[in-house]
This record gives sequence, C-alpha cells and structure tokens, in this order.
Amino acid sequence: MQPSIAIKDLKLAFGAVEVLHDLNLDVGQGEFLVLLGSSGCGKSTLLNCIAGLLDITDGQIFIQGRNVTWEEPSDRGIGMVFQSYALYPQMTVEGNLSFGLKNAGLPKAEIAERVARAARVLQIEPLLKRKPAALSGGQRQRVAIGRALVRDVDVFLFDEPLSNLDAKLRADLRVEIKQLHQQLENTMIYVTHDQVEAMTLADRIAIMKGGKIMQLGTPKEIYNRPANRYVAEFIGSPTMNMLDGTLDMEIAPSFSCDIATFALGEYGFAPGTVSGPAWFGIRPEHVESGEAAEAMPVQLDTVIDLVEPLGSDTLVRVRAGGQLLWARANGQPDLSPRQPLRIGFDPARGHLFDRQGDIRL
Amino acid sequence: MPSDPVHARQGGTAPPSAARRPRRLLRNLTAKIAAIPMVLTAMVVFLGGTVWTVTYSFTNSKLLPRAEFVGLAQYERLWATRRWVVSIENLAIYGLCSLVFSLVIGFVLAALLDQKIRYESAFRTILLYPFALSFIVTGLVWQWILNPEFGVQSIIRAMGFEGFAFDPLYNPDIAIFGILIAGLWQGTGLIMVLMLAGLRGIDGEIWKASRVDGIPAWKTYIFIIVPMMRPVFITALVLITSGIVKLYDLVVAQTGGGPGIATEVPAKYVYDYMFGGQNLGQGFAASTMMLLAVAIVVIPWAMLEFGGKRRG
Amino acid sequence: MGKCRDIEHAPLRAQAETVLTDYAAQSRDGTGPRGRKPKKRLSGRNIMIYGTLFVVSVYYLLPLWVMVVTSLKGMPEIRLGNIFAPPVEITFEPWVKAWSEACTGLNCDGLSRGFWNSVRITVPSALFSIFIASVNGYALANWRFKGGEAFFTILIFGAFVPYQVMLYPMVILLREIGLYGSLAGLVLVHTVFGMPIVTLLFRNYFTSLPEELFKAARVDGAGFWGIYFRVMLPMSLPIFTVAMIIQITGIWNDFLFGTVFTRPNLYPMTVQLNNIVNSVQGVKEYNVNMAATLLTGLVPLAIYFASGKLFVRGIAAGAVKG
Repeated sequence: MQPSIAIKDLKLAFGAVEVLHDLNLDVGQGEFLVLLGSSGCGKSTLLNCIAGLLDITDGQIFIQGRNVTWEEPSDRGIGMVFQSYALYPQMTVEGNLSFGLKNAGLPKAEIAERVARAARVLQIEPLLKRKPAALSGGQRQRVAIGRALVRDVDVFLFDEPLSNLDAKLRADLRVEIKQLHQQLENTMIYVTHDQVEAMTLADRIAIMKGGKIMQLGTPKEIYNRPANRYVAEFIGSPTMNMLDGTLDMEIAPSFSCDIATFALGEYGFAPGTVSGPAWFGIRPEHVESGEAAEAMPVQLDTVIDLVEPLGSDTLVRVRAGGQLLWARANGQPDLSPRQPLRIGFDPARGHLFDRQGDIRL
Repeated sequence: MPSDPVHARQGGTAPPSAARRPRRLLRNLTAKIAAIPMVLTAMVVFLGGTVWTVTYSFTNSKLLPRAEFVGLAQYERLWATRRWVVSIENLAIYGLCSLVFSLVIGFVLAALLDQKIRYESAFRTILLYPFALSFIVTGLVWQWILNPEFGVQSIIRAMGFEGFAFDPLYNPDIAIFGILIAGLWQGTGLIMVLMLAGLRGIDGEIWKASRVDGIPAWKTYIFIIVPMMRPVFITALVLITSGIVKLYDLVVAQTGGGPGIATEVPAKYVYDYMFGGQNLGQGFAASTMMLLAVAIVVIPWAMLEFGGKRRG
Repeated sequence: MGKCRDIEHAPLRAQAETVLTDYAAQSRDGTGPRGRKPKKRLSGRNIMIYGTLFVVSVYYLLPLWVMVVTSLKGMPEIRLGNIFAPPVEITFEPWVKAWSEACTGLNCDGLSRGFWNSVRITVPSALFSIFIASVNGYALANWRFKGGEAFFTILIFGAFVPYQVMLYPMVILLREIGLYGSLAGLVLVHTVFGMPIVTLLFRNYFTSLPEELFKAARVDGAGFWGIYFRVMLPMSLPIFTVAMIIQITGIWNDFLFGTVFTRPNLYPMTVQLNNIVNSVQGVKEYNVNMAATLLTGLVPLAIYFASGKLFVRGIAAGAVKG
C-alpha cells in the first residue's frame, strides 16, 4: 500500500542556516504519527513544510501519492489544528467551520451538511452561533479540530494542539483525540513536546533533534530499545541513569565503571560490537531497592540522598561513590536521607551506548 | 476539487506545475504586485528623488534643472550668502534650545503626571492639544499674543511696568525666541506623552526596591530611571531633531522670516529659491545641506538601534 | 524537652495576651488607632505637583482662550482692551466674515472655499493612503518576500529625509504624469509622504496578530485579498481608526504640499488662512483673523477631543518605533 504521506530528501534552509537536513519519512494510511522533541528541534517546522506553509529548499513531499511539493496549503488535502486555536475572532463557530468550504466554492447545502456532521461528532452543536471569545479553551480547541474535520480530508496535522490547556483538560482532550482517530481512521501527524502525549497517542513516534529524526518507531520500541543516548535520556521520567565506563568484549562481555563491574551475559548486543569506552544506562524503574534488590544480578550499597514521594510510588536519589542514581520504589516505603540503601538491577534491562557516537550497542 | 479525498486518492495525476519548482519571482505574485506602490515610493521618490537633488546641487540650474556641472560652486555661493548663514544660526539657536527645553519640560511634566494623580487624563489632554493643531494656526495665535501693541507687552505695561519690553516679533535680536516659544508650546506635549509611555514601561518593582533601600525619589529619577529610559530619550531626540530641520510653516505664519531676515530658516531658504527666486541650484544645494544635517543625527542613531541586533 | 520550652514561654504568652486585650479595650473606647493609616489631604508634595500642573495647564490653554475671546469681540473693543479679557459685548460677526467674506488676493469669498478644498483633499488622501499603507503593512508582515524588508527600510529612512530634498523631483514626476497642480496629484503626494509612518503602524499591528491565524486562513484556501478583507480587516478596526486620526489631522494641517503642488483655486484651508491673515493690504482685523484661525484649527481639535486615548496611541505607536 502506498504511504499516506511520503517525504523525500526534504531540506529547509533560512539563508545559511539549515533547519531540516535531508529528511525522509513515510507515514502509512491511517497511521497516527507523533513528532516529538524539545523546542527548536524542527518538529513544527517540518509540520509547516508538510502543510505548505513554508517553502522548502529542496526535496519532495507526496500526499496520497500526489506530489504536492509546490501546491498551495489548501490544495494538499490536509486539515490543520493549531496550538493557539487560530479561530477567526469575528466569525461565529459556524462561520469558522464553513470559511474554508466557502473558499473552495462548495454548494450551500453541502457546507451545511458537513458543518452539522462535524458539530455532531465533536458535540459542539449548541455553540454554533457563538463567537470564539464566548468559548472556553477546551471548546475552542474542539472548534479548531472541527475546522479540520469539515474539510473531509485524509490527513490531519496537529501543531501542539493541547499545549495551551490546563493539565486536566489536556488529559481529557487527549482521550478524545485518540477516540476521534479510532473513529475516523485517517492519517494524523501530531507535533508535541510532551512525552506522555506522544506515548499514549502514537502508533509511531519520530523523535527529532536539530532538524534530524533521531529515531522512528513504535512507543514500545522507543522505550525499550532507544537507538541512541539522546532518545534514551529524552524518554522516561526521571531521566535514565547513565554510567560512564568501559565495555570489555574480550572473554565474556562485561562493563566496568568506578562504582561497579558487572557481566553483561543476557544483554542483546548489536552485531559487531567491540570493546571500548561506553555508556551504560538503566531506567530508574528498573533499579530495585531494599529486599527486591537482593534478587538482582548486580547490587550496590548506597546512601539515600533525596526522597520524592509521589503517592503511587516513591523516587529515591542515592549516592554511590561519586555518582548520583535515581531509583523508583513501589508504594510508600519508609525511607529518609542519609540512610543506607541497597539497590540492584538486571544488566539485561540496561542500554549500552558507544561513547563516541552515542549509538546503541 | 482539492479537498475531495476521492480525487486525491487517485494519486500520481497531479498537474506537473506542482511537482516542478515554480519560478521564484512568481511565488506569491499577488503580494508582490500589491507591494508595488511601496517599492515605487521607496525607490523612485525617496531614493531616486534624494539622489537626483543631490546630483543637481552640483549644477548651475537656474529656472529649469540643467545638467551642467559646476562642482561646489553652488555651495560656495550658499555659504557666502548672508541670509543662509543667518538661517543656519537661527536653526542652531532654535534647535539647541528646543532640544533642551523639550526634553527637560517633557520629562518633568511626564514625571509629574506619573505620580498617580487625579485628573491625569484631563491634564494630559490639555498638554497635548496644541500638537493636534497646524503650525500655521500656532504661528498666527502666537503672532497675536506677542503683538507689542495689544499682546503681552501692552498688558504688562498697562499694569504699571512702563519700561517693560518684550516684543520678540519686532526686535531682530530676540525674534527667534518668539518662534521658540510657539514651537515649544506645540511640541512639548508629544515629548511628554513619549516620556510618560517610557515611565509607564518601567518595572514597578524598581520603585519598590528603591523605596526599600530608602533612596529619595529625585535621586531615583536621576540615577536610575533616566538611564533606564535611554531609548526613549534617543527616540525623542531623533524626533525633535528631524522636526527642527523641517521647521518652515511656523516661521512663514508667525513672522514670514522677519523682521528683515531675523527669523529665516533653511527650509524657507530652499522653498524661496526653488519656487520663488527661480534659482534651483541654490535650492538643491541648500536642501542637500539639510539632508546632511539630518543624516548626522539619524545615521548614528540607526546604527545604534538596528546595527547591534539584527532583526528586532 | 519540648514540654520544657512550653513552660518557659508561658509568661511571655500571658504578656502578649494582656497587650492584645489592652489594645482591644482601647479600640473599643475609640482612643487607639483604628482603620487605615491617616493620609494628609494636602501634603506639601501634592501642592507642588498640582500647583505646577495647574500653572502649566493655564499656560497651555491661554492661546486657545485668546483665540476664542478675540474672535468674539468687535474691533473697537480689541483696540481698547486687554487681549486676555473676556468680551464685554459678544459678537459673531467676525466668524461670519471669516467664513464668507475675508479676502485673499483676488477673491473675497472667505475661508469657506479653503474649508471645502481641504475636505476635498483630506478625504480621498486619507482613504487612499490608508488603503495603500495597510496593504503594504499586511504584505510585509504576513507574506514576507525577498527584498521586502529592504524596501521598507528605505521607506523608513525616507521619513527622516527633509521634504525639501524630494520636493522638486516630485514636481517633475507629477508634471510628467500630468497630475501637477491637480487634486489627484496632491492626493498622490500625501499618499507617498504619509506612507512610511502608516505602513509602519500597520506592519507592527499585523505582526502582533498571531501568525497561526494567517496560516489557518491559508489552509482554508483564502488568497491574498481573501485573507486581507475577510480575516485581517475585521480584526483591525482600532488600528484603522488610529491611522485615520493620524492621516486626517496630518493632511488637514499640511501647508507645504498645499502651496507647492496645487493652484490657488485648490489651496487648502491652512494656505488660505495664512494668506488672509498675513496679507499686507488693508486694515488688520484681528477678530476676523482669530476667528479664521480658530475655524482652521477646529477640525483637528474636534478629532483630538473626540478620539482621546486613540490619538495618544497613534502618535506613540508611530513615534516610539519610528
């Protein structure tokens, strides 16, 4: 099946500054792709290129197999939802929904029917005659989604649509967007800097940095097998613990750093891995403490430095040698700073990265 | 129909224009066509006109512009003309006084209005209304008020001060100050409004901090607030200066350049030679000198303002 | 140990309670301080502030007062009296004379001719220049194209070039296209020389609007004019009002362009006023002169007093960024 969106060798430069570098990306039919990254990584820029709101420097963009590289945004068969809603303030909700259809010269009856359908799907029928100023944040965002919906297109582009909402509303609308996607089954590209949004919504996530895609994969792949150190540290909270040391592949694979040396028997190495300086990363949730630590292949005696109770579980920062490590403990264990604590982990759940290129080993 | 999904799904049937990169010039063509008036104004009138005038200031054009170049002859004649030298002296006196008084009075008035006083908007309305008037109106009113037979001088004499003399519009020695009084009356309101906007833009916590530190208000103004308002002062300076060089209507209305040539100014010299004296070359040379005067103020300001940081 | 401390503090607390009770008792008696800190109504500082502002205000209002009272007096009263004194006998004759009889050189049909000329000049000039400048501002802010900023910079620098420098080239230009001396020519001149400040005003305003609105309209298939008229214009009424205020007062008050670019039958009110008052022939009729002056100032004054804060916003927006 042909991809819904195909981006080939896309390059974007403002003068001498190259913002996107030779980007290639295929998005499947009906796929929910999230572009994730910190601010300035080029994710919104990429979305604007796909929408045709920025003229690209080089490369090609295909939507539904059609080369749309130099088409007007409105001719690309896309709908777009913006962070600031971007509702036309002087038009009613109905006017906002129908503006694009009027510009496309659709017959009145068709416009009315599409607006009614979109309003029904998004449950904004009672708001149709109101102006945007009279709507709450959540209602505005729903209208903004509606504006994309009435266009009856295969591709939806979301540019950080939930960033302006408070935490509670954000969680609610997140669920609604997911439901909408299951209901409409169209292709969606969703830009966000929020990893929770990315993990929960995406079929696949593209993590971007400096105008490049660092890793493209399902949420599980991204979490379980981060392709490089940047992705490993970007996903997960608190950040993955990183130990700086040396990998020895000579007899039996082992890793040594200033606080411990351990064997890496079970670790799934990439083919062709050789000895050398490396990072060993382990997520806090894979670091056990107290009694559970006793069963782990690698154990360390540490001193508690800081305790952050979250209710459902507790984050502990411990000091081992000169190194600070985070561990996540279930429930609400009775821990306090300056107490000794035994921690342990299974090296097979760790992640090794080459010290030179930060690439996964 | 572009938004029709069925059509879109057929794929590959896109018009070739979309696949090939369009000519750069033709992209967003409507926007470029709409900007033509701006481009013409900037290039033809502002840039072209200025270059034209500067070029023709080196010719001996009389009744009509003639491309017969005579080097700096027009400038030599200009500086040898008594009327031009008086014009420049007048402009220097008027300019310096108007700059100092506008800035000082404007700032003091703004500081007074910034004391959370009542009727602030009434006071501001009164101080600014002259700015809405034409220089012609201002000039004529002050011509009347300073009229020695009926105006201020006669009233003070009638009050018993027989020897009182204040007739700036009849006395060549102080005539330019008569213009200055009128000019300040019209212009200080604007500077006051700018300063007030500047004062309002200063973080209120500065005042809290200086109060906690026990610094008296006047010291806070001089040592903290004024330095913080440097950009506003510079903007005001540039505005006043470019206004000073353009000074024309006020003089024409209030004194007509008199008595004698006591209140002549460069802008009037230019107009009279260009459209009255049929001596274009002198007019061009004089206007080029005016341009030079503005450039001396504006260019350093522009470099300061826009040179350091690219794009605001 | 905790208990020990409590005991130690007991006397202190008792003391504090006594103080509190005392205070409460005092308050009830009405002897202790109550309510907000008292403020002196007329502190020295306030006298100085209000005094200065009052004196300055009187100075600023004086010319307006002189204009009004002079224009309502007869000539005999002016010759005898004090220019600041209110009229003993109010007469509207100077106003009538200024409007319909005052002489300028050849004709004696008063300022009314100049008034209508100014209306005929100001209305189309303001509308045309604002339309052109708003489109410029919109194109610069939203449809950034190569070279746009460069042209704009030249435009802004042009605002500082003395008009005298560009006066003669403009005359030649208008003569070439056959508009010199005509109303259309003057409208063009006002559009050209008003362009920097009004374009700046609109560019800054459109830049301050959220860019996503513009993007949304493009996704919705609206073109250059569609976005301008249907999305931007309805959102820009305040800035259009500000531009109107700047342009109407500016063009109404213009003198230089009126003298240079028109023929005497098209002279605007300011030029005619100057010719009436400063004409050398005949006896000076100061009351008529002041009535004429006031009449000329009335239009911008009316706009100023009616627009209030918008006027201030207009000049601040133009000046601070300019």
